[in-house]
Amino acid sequence: MNKAAELLQEKFPEEVVEVAEFRGETTITVKPGRIVDICKALRDANETSFRYLSMIAGMDYLPQSPRFGVVYSLYSHRNHNRVTLKTLLPDEGGPVIDSVVPVWATANWHEREAYDLLGIRFRGHPDLRRILMPEDWVGHPLRKDYPLRGK
Amino acid sequence: MGIEEHLGYNILTTSLEKLVDWGRKSSLWPATFGLACCAIEMICTAANRWDIARFGMEAFRASPRQADVIIIAGTVCKKMMPAIERIYEQMTEPKWVIAMGACACSGGIFDSYAVVQGIDTYLPVDVYVPGCPPRPEGLLYGILKLHEQILKDPFLTKKYRERLALRQEAV
Amino acid sequence: MNGAETMKRTETMLLNLGPSHPSTHGVLRVLLELDGELILRADPDIGYLHRGIEKMCENRTYHKCMPLMNRLDYLAGEVNNFGFCLAVEKLLDVEVPKRAQYIRVMLVELTRIASHLFWLGTHGHDLGAMTPLFYAFREREKIMDLCEMVSGARMFPLYCRIGGLAGDLPEGFIPAAWDFVKTFPEKHQDYHNLLTKNRIWIERTKGVGVMTPDEVLDWGWSGPMARGSGVNWDLRRDNPYSSYEDFDFVVPLGRNGDTYDRYLVRMEEMLQANRIVRQVLERLPDLPGDVKVQDPRVSLPPKDAVYNDIAGLINHFKLIQEGITPPKGEVYQCIEAPKGEMGFYVVSDGSPQPFRLKIRGPSFINLSAMDKLSRGRLLADAIALIGTMDIVLADVDR
Repeated sequence: MNKAAELLQEKFPEEVVEVAEFRGETTITVKPGRIVDICKALRDANETSFRYLSMIAGMDYLPQSPRFGVVYSLYSHRNHNRVTLKTLLPDEGGPVIDSVVPVWATANWHEREAYDLLGIRFRGHPDLRRILMPEDWVGHPLRKDYPLRGK
Repeated sequence: MGIEEHLGYNILTTSLEKLVDWGRKSSLWPATFGLACCAIEMICTAANRWDIARFGMEAFRASPRQADVIIIAGTVCKKMMPAIERIYEQMTEPKWVIAMGACACSGGIFDSYAVVQGIDTYLPVDVYVPGCPPRPEGLLYGILKLHEQILKDPFLTKKYRERLALRQEAV
Repeated sequence: MNGAETMKRTETMLLNLGPSHPSTHGVLRVLLELDGELILRADPDIGYLHRGIEKMCENRTYHKCMPLMNRLDYLAGEVNNFGFCLAVEKLLDVEVPKRAQYIRVMLVELTRIASHLFWLGTHGHDLGAMTPLFYAFREREKIMDLCEMVSGARMFPLYCRIGGLAGDLPEGFIPAAWDFVKTFPEKHQDYHNLLTKNRIWIERTKGVGVMTPDEVLDWGWSGPMARGSGVNWDLRRDNPYSSYEDFDFVVPLGRNGDTYDRYLVRMEEMLQANRIVRQVLERLPDLPGDVKVQDPRVSLPPKDAVYNDIAGLINHFKLIQEGITPPKGEVYQCIEAPKGEMGFYVVSDGSPQPFRLKIRGPSFINLSAMDKLSRGRLLADAIALIGTMDIVLADVDR
């Protein structure tokens, strides 16, 4: 909600790229560099209190550049509201971002799934390995250039 | 299956064959192999309304050594395929396979990278029961068709034994 | 080597539970590291039912995605569809008629009862109580009959469509639904009589799998798993959608956060769902009208417009040929599914196919805490934990 955008504009003004409202939902696009600090601030601040992480979605915007992104959906039980955080990962060095497992323990499996299906690496993840595909699978199926029927 | 080598093929063995086939079809014990949604309809078939116990099949054996028929109910994924092969190989002869549901028959609506397009690419299927999921009555019809097949099973004839040997080599 | 030295050295054992196991509710494999019967570590290995639904949806129109959505949580087929339709309707910004909203709520709550009944039967069966399975299936078959009356299919009615419903309720549905609603509470008492004060049931479920409210939020648990630990949260009441704010129902909460409390929470939820269905049936006669919104972007025009008016013909042709085309944007819509919070993150790029459809499956997240819950418990408790988490593997693996 607006409080989350205000909080981020105040504490991390150079990290916020865009704040968008669509169909009653707020999506805040931030830079990926300090994602762990941003998430900790959103979780611990009293006015936002986003102690619950609903989901982490890996995204592949293939014709566009930057190609990969990560979307976090946070929920606050205190205010009964939701905010969506979006980051776009730089193309060089493969898609890498810091893991938010220190902030919410539930991020563990969400990040493993994003790694398995899209190849996004999470720095600092305690156990980054494939979760849905067999361990010896080659390739990341949900990428846009991976054929539907497999290779 | 050693008795037929000693008896040969005559009137005594045809009656014995009929008796054994009747015994086999009346208590076909399925192996628990529900994979996805079709498993729910399989459990409904075993529950109150479409009581599968009247066909002698309510004893779903967890151990493949004690099972006669494996009802592949649900989508077969490539990750699961080695487990299915192991279980099928552990089952003792005579054994039958029922492919229940569109996913087991041919991959169903899931034409994707992770799904095996039909269990008959790996196992010899005896009865296909299409549907998504097939109604319990559909599964029972498939089971009755399998019973018909078993009643005509000439397991004491030499021709059948040769066919069985060929099939076991292929698998 | 000294005999006493060899005896003191012990090793832990790796036991493989599944993927073909009678009590794992599907194809789940758990690698258990055991010291005797004590679990030291439990590592769920999933993906044996990963069918690539998210990728398949990117290649299909929105309407064609719906059969795939139905098969996500296959015990509660209509609920997944409901969530998906709400997400696409939010994206399109269409308002579904009131009558359609009420009928959707009724079908979803009936499906919630069916899902909980299946959970009750199989959870009991895993822990050795075989009778509740047959009692629970007696009522579940009645709900399957109602689903079949409405659409022809038992488990996957596909009755919720984008913009409303597939059609109005058939003749004979309302008396049959009243019949179910009136007889359910006394049948529900049968289940209580079998299990709630049963000494063996209490011994096997009390104190097993305890989560404090803070841990629940940290681990992302939702639905009856969260309410069993006392977290007072229900999406139907706190962020209402589809006219849930018109209905009067109680949200049951547990106290200790163990398996027994979660059992009681789900039992009470069945009665509350029955209460909501009763309220819908009472108000439905006063709500005549359409069951699908008459919006040209979403619904097919009436047949005389198609045959007589060129605009109607073109509209019909475009909808059948291309499908529904939402504007560019992204939404996250979540609903209170029987297993927890089920979310659909739909990203549209203005084309008839979704650009990305991410499904937040509640069973996936509920299962992730298995390691934390089973450390220090006995092997038999692992089965109780899988049962209380009420996982559906198609929801876990998608």
